[in-house]
Amino acid sequence: MKQLSTKVTSNGHGQDSSYFLGWEEYEKNPYDEIKNPNGMIQMGLAENQLCFDLIESWLAKNPDAASLKRNGQSIFKELALFQDYHGMPEFKKAMAEFMEEIRGNRVTFNPKKIVLAAGSTSANETLMFCLAEPGDAFLLPTPYYPGFDRDLKWRTGAEIVPIHCSSSNGFQITESALQQAYQQAHKLGLKVKGVLVTNPSNPLGTALTRRELNLLVDFITSKNIHLISDEIYSGTMFGFEQFISVMDVLKDKKLENTDVSKRVHVVYSLSKDLGLPGFRVGAIYSNDDMIVSAATKMSSFGLVSSQTQYLLSALLSDKKFTSQYLEENQKRLKSRQKRLVSGLESAGITCLRSNAGLFCWVDMRHLLDTNTFEAELDLWKKIVYNVKLNISPGSSCHCTEPGWFRVCFANMSEDTLDLALKRLKTFVESTDCGRMISRSSHERLKSLRKKTVSNWVFRVSWSDRVPDER
Amino acid sequence: MGILSRKVTCNTHGQDSSYFLGWEEYEKNPYDEVNNPNGIIQMGLAENQLSFDLIESWLAKNQEAANFEREGQSIFRELALFQDYHGLPSFKNAMSGFMSENRGNRVSFDPKKLVLTAGATSANETLMFCLADPGDAFLLPTPYYPGFDRDLKWRTGVEIVPIQCTSANGFRITKSALEEAYKQAQKLNLKVKGVLITNPSNPLGTTITRTELNRVLDFVSRKNIHLVSDEIYSGTVFTSPGFISVMEVLKENKLENTDVSKRVHIVYSLSKDLGLPGFRVGVIYSNDDIVVAAATKMSSFGLISSQTQYLLSALLSDKSFTKNYLKENQTRLKNRHNKLVSGLEASGIDCLKSNAGLFCWVDMRHLLNSNTFEAEIELWKKIVYEVKLNISPGSSCHCNEPGWFRVCFANMSEETLEVALNRLKMFVYGPSSTTRSQSEHQRLKTLRKMKVSNWVFRLSFQDREPEER
Repeated sequence: MKQLSTKVTSNGHGQDSSYFLGWEEYEKNPYDEIKNPNGMIQMGLAENQLCFDLIESWLAKNPDAASLKRNGQSIFKELALFQDYHGMPEFKKAMAEFMEEIRGNRVTFNPKKIVLAAGSTSANETLMFCLAEPGDAFLLPTPYYPGFDRDLKWRTGAEIVPIHCSSSNGFQITESALQQAYQQAHKLGLKVKGVLVTNPSNPLGTALTRRELNLLVDFITSKNIHLISDEIYSGTMFGFEQFISVMDVLKDKKLENTDVSKRVHVVYSLSKDLGLPGFRVGAIYSNDDMIVSAATKMSSFGLVSSQTQYLLSALLSDKKFTSQYLEENQKRLKSRQKRLVSGLESAGITCLRSNAGLFCWVDMRHLLDTNTFEAELDLWKKIVYNVKLNISPGSSCHCTEPGWFRVCFANMSEDTLDLALKRLKTFVESTDCGRMISRSSHERLKSLRKKTVSNWVFRVSWSDRVPDER
Repeated sequence: MGILSRKVTCNTHGQDSSYFLGWEEYEKNPYDEVNNPNGIIQMGLAENQLSFDLIESWLAKNQEAANFEREGQSIFRELALFQDYHGLPSFKNAMSGFMSENRGNRVSFDPKKLVLTAGATSANETLMFCLADPGDAFLLPTPYYPGFDRDLKWRTGVEIVPIQCTSANGFRITKSALEEAYKQAQKLNLKVKGVLITNPSNPLGTTITRTELNRVLDFVSRKNIHLVSDEIYSGTVFTSPGFISVMEVLKENKLENTDVSKRVHIVYSLSKDLGLPGFRVGVIYSNDDIVVAAATKMSSFGLISSQTQYLLSALLSDKSFTKNYLKENQTRLKNRHNKLVSGLEASGIDCLKSNAGLFCWVDMRHLLNSNTFEAEIELWKKIVYEVKLNISPGSSCHCNEPGWFRVCFANMSEETLEVALNRLKMFVYGPSSTTRSQSEHQRLKTLRKMKVSNWVFRLSFQDREPEER
């Protein structure tokens, strides 16, 4: 008799993907400025390490929060016993307000509609359990975060059907792509329960446009399905545009308190904006009371430690801190992103123009031997093993076009980033086409960028070139 | 089309049970010595509030642990970024050592076989996801913790088939009860994947005997199924017979490294022994590498906050603390348990003789109007609404005999416990019957000395005139 469950014996955890394998290679030979200067530089981890000093300095000035005290009195006992799955009221209030602040206080979040979870990993899975039966499908725009294959599907039995996005329009979501995905699900005999988007996008590093958001809301209205908006990167928006949340769009379209608004759910976490993935803080926000109620009970399987709820409720309740943090965080992310982009440019490599996130979506199609995923993997292996940079190949993110890579910029020091860029430049120049391209392309790229043409025009210009120059 | 999943629209979260309803009543009118002396006293929450001072005093002497410091250096960054589902090595080492200490160091635990989870709630569910498919069944001895109906079944689709235990033999697990449960599962067309026991038992408060453990091991061996031993109360054993873990029995039977040992899994948590349910610390321990690997990946859905892992790794690595804590905790639990037992005796109420846990399994069958669950619920309602004590009725624990209640003793002050006991006494005897209660008390003491089994004791009661019950 079969001893273990099918969940264990199948590969649904998705962890055989290259996304995780690169990680493993890094673990074997990690770069260290002093101890291992030739080691692998981790550029595959979307962590935000740029603003710890701000949090550390707050902690130094507010010692009660970490030492389990309130106004100098120990509240250890109270915290030790607090396991109410409704969450700590002060913490939910602080989270609600922080989420509002990130959205320029244009929308409000009711703390009673927040469900806490042990990270957005837990939040996303819980939402799947609430919204889908085994065999139901959610539509996700590609490329998407590789972890979703595990988080949304593994234990829930839900399926993901991709909404194919391409570089021809900067990977934006189109109406036809949505319809096509919906039809594809039907062909596969799957009932579509909703759409899940990550906004700002991982791995693209771009915030969804108002046009796309309107499209999505219209689509789920006409199909009578759900929309989950994973806004985990909402506080990493550094472009001059404002972050537009799906909540903004509901408000602008005067859809608050309608049936549609009950089918829109937001996921959030402090892992990216605050750089605290270790503390396991995630949240579900829903306008549907039944969902809030069910998700709250399900959160029993992944509650946030009361010790952590208390610390962060103190931190986030300090409005002086949050406003200074958000501003400074954005500044540092912006300047770091610029550094990566120009470094790549000098190696003849462009990125998708981005305005958020902790990574760039990098175009290395011109470095492929052939326009295939095999060639992409070949290139990836060279970059991992020879250049010793762990970056994430687009195929692991279900991108439909070979040659794109996600490269993180906020999880290392500036010096390490510079070293990584140097290594990459050396690698590119060492390859035949690279040598020819990098010098002239840098100039070309600079002038193209000035014209701010869209990516697809840019790509058309490239394909005019003679093959051996790609 | 159904907009929400069936998990949401059905009732399998189990939260309509009286176990949770009593809790709600308490929330509306909670006892407070000063602000609400007539409120409901919470005796339905298995919390350990007796030894916080020991932890607080440790914290005061070891401030680094809470302040993200190690040897004077800040490790905030390191902890903030630490989300490795393999867990903080120092914490797993400390947990393994603590679990070993709890078992008198008679068995050792390999940190590599430990999986950390956000509480035993998460651990138990994760094990179900690993060991069973939807529609499979696990056998559980009754009475059992009401939360299992949600934790083991709700999102996993797994079924529970009860192993019926009765007061006839002190609710011990018998071979025939095991076989009966297995047959019942087959009748219901359910594939049995394993047995899950809680040792020490909730709600019985008793440690499982070596005989029972051998019996259960023998059973899972023959049927080629798993055994999950939830040992969450292992540190609350306060008197003899001591705690025997299934790991010890495996060792004694020379079954380590055999196929059977790979099918034995332990669940543990710091919520009861250390009284830290808010910190969400649970573990799975398994000898099966595939289970460890899968459960480790699944723990992504409920990792322990690194802030908490660090604090507790420091606490549990301090052997002089753990040694003193375990001993002192047990002493306090013993005293508190004795207080409850004698207080109940003074009301003519008997308990199952227990040596562990944070509660007693109380026999109120003689207070029922009829030997039915309806009568049990009636009695329960009286106790909640009139006597203003929230205790847990046996039916919520799936007990097959009406009249048993779980009463907690470690989640309130000594004074509050006394108030509760007085209220109960007044309820049983009325305000003017002190003489009756004294003679009752003597009667019980004599009976206890004769060490008769519970059922003989019950027969004696039925001989009495109705209005003396």
